[in-house]
Amino acid sequence: MTLRQSDIDAEVSAIREAYAKARAGGAPAAHHPPRDYAPYRSSVLRHPEQPLFAVTASNAPEAVELTGPVFGPADVTEFDSDLTRQHTGEPLGERITVSGRLLDSHGRPVRGQLIEVWQANASGRYPHRRDQHQAPLDPNFTGAGRMLTSETDGSYSFTTIRPGAYPWRNHENAWRPAHIHFSLFGTAFTQRLITQMYFPGDPLFAYDPILQSVTDDAARARLVAAYDHSLSRPEFSLGYRWDIVLDGPSATWIEEGR
Amino acid sequence: MTQLPTPSHTVGPFYGYALPFEGGGDMAPPGHPSAITLHGCVYDGAGAPVPDALIEFWQGDGTPGSLHRNGVDFTGFGRVATDGAGHWTVHTLAPKAPYISVCVFARGLTHHLFTRAYVNHGPDALLDALAADRRETLLARQGSDRAYRFDIRLQGEGETVFLEFR
Ligand SMILES: [Fe+2]
Repeated sequence: MTLRQSDIDAEVSAIREAYAKARAGGAPAAHHPPRDYAPYRSSVLRHPEQPLFAVTASNAPEAVELTGPVFGPADVTEFDSDLTRQHTGEPLGERITVSGRLLDSHGRPVRGQLIEVWQANASGRYPHRRDQHQAPLDPNFTGAGRMLTSETDGSYSFTTIRPGAYPWRNHENAWRPAHIHFSLFGTAFTQRLITQMYFPGDPLFAYDPILQSVTDDAARARLVAAYDHSLSRPEFSLGYRWDIVLDGPSATWIEEGR
Repeated sequence: MTQLPTPSHTVGPFYGYALPFEGGGDMAPPGHPSAITLHGCVYDGAGAPVPDALIEFWQGDGTPGSLHRNGVDFTGFGRVATDGAGHWTVHTLAPKAPYISVCVFARGLTHHLFTRAYVNHGPDALLDALAADRRETLLARQGSDRAYRFDIRLQGEGETVFLEFR
């Protein structure tokens, strides 16, 4: 039986309604997607059924996870943060600059830490051997970058090409909205985050079970960058702003200066 | 000022050209005399191997962690992708803590999963708080010659104990 968009839409709505009801009954906001989110079919056999074991300061005061890797200049090169200059020619597509700040849950900057990004090219194609999408590869675009956040305010910035939407096989006529994948480290391993940034106003948002897995409206909105004209560079690129906030406890409250 | 967190998303299937890095599984420099091997498979709820998982390891042990390998120094951070059979391998030094911290990403995981590979099975507050059959899933089993096996079962029978940090 073909799984259609309408089937997925019905599942997404049912989960959203259940969430709204729970919220009305006093349940706390869910800032992250549930791990068992059936509309995203790959999650069905890949989520734990047992509750997660809570590690707290009282049952694991010296948890190794309260520290984390601190990356540095040896881990990045100058060309890693300009995805349009990694080949001899210019890539095709709309050049953009994405900027923002990396913060912890107390609003403090995460300084000098590694951000990794990867994305499809302007046609919606990844240079990955398992990407079967019949869209052209761009010999001048790989789509992977790395950078360190600033030592002052935790800001980051990189130049790239706006990625294209692409089809996938979750259901019939499934399309991912344009997005950039982000990998982030805080000051503790507990703050580790991998996520995706979207572009404002994409008409595919409502049809995408990966974005919709974040059931809370306000949380979902935090995955969408803002167009910021002050970040656009004349005759060069369009500017987007996206701040990232890491979850999870860290040991750094004792060393406020970091 | 409290800030609401950015939600997690799956790593997806196409991270392979971006996140794995050269020597990612060599936390101990090649040929280190006291290196240990930690390896295993990742399985889904049907018992099938997961060929597109990305696993990270953190033990610190006095190092800042680094992606860069200089061939001489130990680094407490590792990252490897599973192969077509769901298998992964890292070479490291025995951790000072009884365990190595493990973080699992994969297509289908909307949010990463933390666990621990215990290479020392002695008294431990976390291990001791678990029922015997659940505790078992966190124990890396020494096979022959300094190699420890640590399988990760995402769901169902023998499901690995996963952790959340509060
Ligand atoms: Fe993607």
